[in-house]
Amino acid sequence: MAIFVDENTKVLYQGLTGSQGRFYGLRNRDYGTQVVAGVNPKKAGSDVDGIPVYGTVAEAKQATGATVSCVFIPAPGVQSAVLEAAEAGLELVVVITEGVPAQDEAYFYNKVKRDFPGTRILGPNCPGIISPGKANIGITAGEIAKAGGPVGIVSRSGTLTYQALYELKLQGIGVTTCVGIGGDPVPGTSFIDCLEAFEADPETKAVMLIGEIGGSAEEEAAEFIKHKMTKPISAYIAGVTAPPGKKMGHAGAIVSGGKGTAAAKMEALTDAGVKVGNNPTEAGELMVEIVKGL
Amino acid sequence: MDLLEYQGKQFFAKFDIPVSPGEAATTVDEAVAAADRIGYPVVVKAQVHVGGRGKAGGVKLASNTEEAREHAGNILGLDIKGHVVKIVWIEQASDIAEEYYASFTLDRAAKKHLGMLSAEGGVEIEAVAETNPDAIAKIWIDPVDGLTEDVAKAWVSAANLNPAATDGAVDILLKLYRAYTEGDADLCEINPLILKPTGEVHALDAKVTLDGNAQFRHEGWEVYDATQVRDEREQAAHDKGLQYVGLDGSVGVIANGAGLAMSTVDIVNQVGGSPANFLDIGGGANAEVMAGALEVINNDPNVKAIFINIFGGITKGDEVANGIVTALGRVHIDAPIVIRIDGTNADEGRAILAEHESDKLISKPTMLEAARAVVELAK
Repeated sequence: MAIFVDENTKVLYQGLTGSQGRFYGLRNRDYGTQVVAGVNPKKAGSDVDGIPVYGTVAEAKQATGATVSCVFIPAPGVQSAVLEAAEAGLELVVVITEGVPAQDEAYFYNKVKRDFPGTRILGPNCPGIISPGKANIGITAGEIAKAGGPVGIVSRSGTLTYQALYELKLQGIGVTTCVGIGGDPVPGTSFIDCLEAFEADPETKAVMLIGEIGGSAEEEAAEFIKHKMTKPISAYIAGVTAPPGKKMGHAGAIVSGGKGTAAAKMEALTDAGVKVGNNPTEAGELMVEIVKGL
Repeated sequence: MDLLEYQGKQFFAKFDIPVSPGEAATTVDEAVAAADRIGYPVVVKAQVHVGGRGKAGGVKLASNTEEAREHAGNILGLDIKGHVVKIVWIEQASDIAEEYYASFTLDRAAKKHLGMLSAEGGVEIEAVAETNPDAIAKIWIDPVDGLTEDVAKAWVSAANLNPAATDGAVDILLKLYRAYTEGDADLCEINPLILKPTGEVHALDAKVTLDGNAQFRHEGWEVYDATQVRDEREQAAHDKGLQYVGLDGSVGVIANGAGLAMSTVDIVNQVGGSPANFLDIGGGANAEVMAGALEVINNDPNVKAIFINIFGGITKGDEVANGIVTALGRVHIDAPIVIRIDGTNADEGRAILAEHESDKLISKPTMLEAARAVVELAK
C-alpha cells in the first residue's frame, strides 16, 4: 500500500498547457501515473499529447473521474486554482508552484479546511508526491526512487527529498510513498498528517523525516512521534550551520530570536526516539540500520 | 522585505492609520529644512534596519533649528550595530500619555493570523512575553473571517488599555489588520502605539515586513527594495534574481533548492571546510541563471574553490551543465569547480561536463565525495 496516491489515482493538471505543466505532466504519465486531463478555460477542447483539456476542474472531473489535481499555475493564480479544485470535490490538490503570497496560503488553507474538509492540499512550493512504481505526481525524477517499501518519506525540502530517495535507492531500499510537504509558511499538509498516514499504512515499516530550520513543524512532529508513532524513524535537519537572522531561501527557513534552530529540532526529535543524522547521507545510513533490524 | 520606520509609516498612512507628520532626509541641510517646515519640537530619528537605535543615540528631540542641525549632523553617518545611518526621519514630536504595543503576524503552528496587544508598550515585546506574559492579549484570526469590530472591541478590553483609548485603538487595529492582509505584510507592528493626553491614539513607530512574493500585485515596492541592507556580493546576486546569503569562508556554494543549499553549507562545514556563501539557484534554473551564479561567486575574492551541487527536479542536469560551460566561456574563473549532478537529465549533464573536464572542472558522484574534494582544493 501507499499513502494518499497509488496506481488507481486519476490526476488532472491545472496548467498542463504551460511549459512546466506539459513537461512534468507528460513525464508523470510516462512514469505510469494516470494523467487523465488538463484544465485551461482558454484551451478547452484541445489536447496535450493526447491528454484532453477541459475548461474547468469540475468538467474535467466529471468526464474523467479524476480525484487529484496537480497545480502548475503561476503564483498569482494559485489561490483561485486551489479553490476551484476544492469546490469541484477533488480529494487532493498538489501545488508545485513556488512564490505564492503567504496571505493567499493562509486564506485558502483555512477556506478549504472549513468549507471543503474532504480536500487535502499538498504544498505550495513542494515537489509533489510519489508512490514509487505506482504514481508520480509533481516534479520528482521517478527513476531515483526504488519501489516497494518498507520506508515512507516526508520532507519539507524539494531537492533534499530527491536526495533521500536516491540515498535509499543506492542502499537497495524501497519506498512506499514519498511526500514533499514544501517549505512555505502555510503548508497544506503537515509532517504530522503524513506520519499519521504512514503509521496506519501496513506496508510502511519505517519513516524518514527531512526538516529544515525555521518554524516549529519539526518540534510538533517530535511531540507526535513521542506519543503516537510505533514505527522507527530516521531524520535529517538542514541548516545546522545557518547563521541566525538570515533567511536561507525558503520563506520558512530562518532562525530568529533563538527559535527554529536545527539544534533544537534535532534535540526534540532525538528525545522522541528518532535517529538523527548530521547530513542526508548519514540519515540514509541510519535508515539502512533501521531497515536491517525490522 | 523589511521597511525602514518612515517607509512603514508611509505604508500605514495608505491605510489611514494615524502617524506623525514627517519627512525623510539624507543630508543635514535637508533635515533642517524639513524640521523648519514641520515646526518644533521635532524628533530626529535614525532610519536603520536594526533595533536599539535610541540607546545608540539615534533618536533625539530638537526644539529649534540649531538643535535640529546638531542632531542631524550627529545621527547621519552614525554607526548603529554595523548599520551606518544614511537617512533620518524628522517628525513632529508627540505628547505621550501612555504607550501600548500592537502587532499582526502569521502563527505558522496555528495557521492563523496572530494579533498581539499589550498595555505595556515601548519596550521589547519579547521582554514582556518573558516577564509578564499575561500582559499580552493574543487573538487568533481565521483569515476567512477577518478581524471584525466586535472581536477587536473584546480584544482591546482584554488588553486592559485605558478606557479613553478604546475607540481609537479599535479603529487602528482594524486598519492595521487591513494593512497586514491587503498590504501583504508578514509583520505589522506598532511599538509604541500611544495614547495622547488629548485622547487620540496614534502609531509612534512602525515595523513592517512585506512578503516579497506578493510584489506582483503592489505598485512601488521597488523603493523599499532599494533600501534593503546587502553587502556587495548580496547586491550583485540580488540583481540577478538569485537567493544568496554571504558567509565568510572560502568554499563558494551553488545548489538548487534551499534545502539542498543549506545542506551543502552544512556538509562543507562538517568535512572541515568553510562556506563563503549560501546560493540557491532555485527551481527551473537554466544556463543563464547558472552563469550568473558563477559570476557572483567568482567576484568574491575569498572563494578558493567552488562546489556546485545539483539534484534535478525542475532544474535539469543538462541545462546546468550547459550553464557552467557557457559561464566558463564568458568569465575567467580562477577557482577550481567541483560539481555533483544527479536527478533529471543527470546523465546528459555529466556527458556535457565530461567533454570539458580538467583539473579546474571536476565531477564527483556523491555529495560527500564532492564536499571532501572541494574542501581539499580550497586549502
